[in-house]
Amino acid sequence: MTHGSRMTRGSRGINVPALARVEGEGGIEIVVSDGQVTQARLDIYEPPRFFEALLRGRRYTEPPDITARICGICPIAYQMSACQAIEDACGVAVPEPVRKLRRIIYCGEWIESHALHVYLLHAPDFLGYDSGIHLARDHPDIVGRGLRLKKAGNRLMEVIGGRSVHPVNIKVGGFYRAPAVAELRALLPVLEQARQDAADTLAWVAAFDFPDFERGYEFVSLRAPDEYPITEGRVVSSRGLDIAPAEYDGHFTEFQVRHSTALHSVLDGRTYLTGPMARYSLNSARLPADVAAAARAAGLGATCANPFRSIIVRAVELLYACGEAVRLIGGYQPPDPPAVEAGPEDATGYGCTEAPRGLLYHRYRITADGVITDAKIVPPTAQNQRAIEADLRDFAAPRLDAPRERLTRECEQAVRNYDPCISCAAHFLDLRVSQS
Amino acid sequence: MTVPARARAAGREPGGPTLAVWKFASCDGCQLTLLNCEDELLAIADSVTIASFPEASSEVLPGPYDISIVEGSVTTPADAERIRAVRGQSRFLITIGACATSGGVQALRNFTDDLAPVVYASPEYIDSLRTSTPIADHVPVDFELRGCPIDKRQLLEVIAALLAGRRPNVRAHSVCIECKRAGRTCVLVAHGTPCLGPVTQAGCGALCPSAGRGCYGCFGPAPGWTFLPFGTAEPVRKEAESHDAR
Repeated sequence: MTHGSRMTRGSRGINVPALARVEGEGGIEIVVSDGQVTQARLDIYEPPRFFEALLRGRRYTEPPDITARICGICPIAYQMSACQAIEDACGVAVPEPVRKLRRIIYCGEWIESHALHVYLLHAPDFLGYDSGIHLARDHPDIVGRGLRLKKAGNRLMEVIGGRSVHPVNIKVGGFYRAPAVAELRALLPVLEQARQDAADTLAWVAAFDFPDFERGYEFVSLRAPDEYPITEGRVVSSRGLDIAPAEYDGHFTEFQVRHSTALHSVLDGRTYLTGPMARYSLNSARLPADVAAAARAAGLGATCANPFRSIIVRAVELLYACGEAVRLIGGYQPPDPPAVEAGPEDATGYGCTEAPRGLLYHRYRITADGVITDAKIVPPTAQNQRAIEADLRDFAAPRLDAPRERLTRECEQAVRNYDPCISCAAHFLDLRVSQS
Repeated sequence: MTVPARARAAGREPGGPTLAVWKFASCDGCQLTLLNCEDELLAIADSVTIASFPEASSEVLPGPYDISIVEGSVTTPADAERIRAVRGQSRFLITIGACATSGGVQALRNFTDDLAPVVYASPEYIDSLRTSTPIADHVPVDFELRGCPIDKRQLLEVIAALLAGRRPNVRAHSVCIECKRAGRTCVLVAHGTPCLGPVTQAGCGALCPSAGRGCYGCFGPAPGWTFLPFGTAEPVRKEAESHDAR
């Protein structure tokens, strides 16, 4: 079996120039000296696309369509954080039916993205295959289940958004068109099947072998009063942070490093982790009883600090998202009108939602004429770079005597634990418009 | 848009033609469209040898490749070199999506001043071109599939056509015609909503007018159509014509 990325061997460490089964372009370099890991780097060389600079001077209604193009795998996350931030600047709160419809389509994105990662990108690591396609040759029924689940998420996004990649129906204030009740109800059989598939997925991944590895993470996610966080909430951490999205910049700092075209980020100077494992660990008490019971049956406690087990957490979130979509569709009333008016004001607005990979922060400054004068976007994978590097360092250090090919493969897996979306992460280097 | 003989030969090789998928500056959405062919993905994997598709597989077989699918635009000096290397080992090269066929949303930079010196804390770490350009500006391209993102049905048609050794049946009319065929109410006529449907390449299924909004042109200019009736400027018309020429 040829293992993916070119691997260079040498006494000095591990070098994976091109990671496979991640979204975007990156590599790993671990430098070893005198039997010690002296450096562990996630190299990101994805070319920057300068979105934040390009948004300046454009209309305040454009970010949902423009920022969707940052990521084809989580466009709804970008559209939702953008809408929330601009609505905040406009001083508008969307009514409950709009909020619920947004949550339904966001569930679709979680289902699609998590199914893609669990089945096609991550599970092959645990089972010794190069890809989900190779896996399908031996286990067509299992991969078929994953594809069916993924398709259910896509279908949900298509019915509400028009298409699953860069949906066209989302706008500042709500939607262009509210789907009819019958359109969403027609999806219920598909989603019920998806819920069963998610439950089977959870049982499947819970039986994988996981390396014995935990770290003392500071988890960061949204937290909402009485639901698992997707579309809104306060930004909280496992070390006591509890702030509104508008206070984000007072605590989170981004900085440039030479080996990445994505900015690194710290929370009050500390490395932190965002994403499914953080969401779960900070919000497992907010899961419905049936999902919480399934998580326990899969071996999860109230928190999870083994990044290799994040595949179980994703499966729990798949189960939650399927059930949440079914629940919300059951009570769906089309928002009327589908969108509220949101007129521009001379203000700055802030938005935070939970992308499949974690916290996604948007900030826009707009004028009363509706022109964007400043934009800041902080995607989850950029925030997780330091946590990934710390994982690599701590994982590799006690395993340097392992066969190098195996260790290299496991280090790649340690990166894939994060479902890194490098296309997202790398497109922001522009905005540190620090003119100093 | 004719299929060269070398591509027609591809489908007859034992084991199926080799397929490579390449990423340049992009959002991954067009590659994802291939993985979104949930009902067809495993059949495709049986019909071709997926030789290099880093987003989906750790296995990378050496070139040359019968078919290369290229996503993304050229934005760095290294990528300008890399696309030549890709062309050199590809018998048939098709570009997918707005980035690869027109430079994509990041080509907005082409109309701005050089921001790099003021924008980066450490601009010397960044090696980026001033422009974002389509693949066809750098190497000959055998077929271009439009869309932001591409449409799954059109992608399947192109793959099927390549395997069958025939020309892809991708219509060159406008979104406006698709919209009329779908029986949608015209948002421009009925509601006065500005709509690029009359001049935009078909393929999406008239999604935006179906949602009650005007088409925003994400599939790029339709061949043979002109922006002049919109009273727009000369450069826009030339842009449309240059796409026609390809």
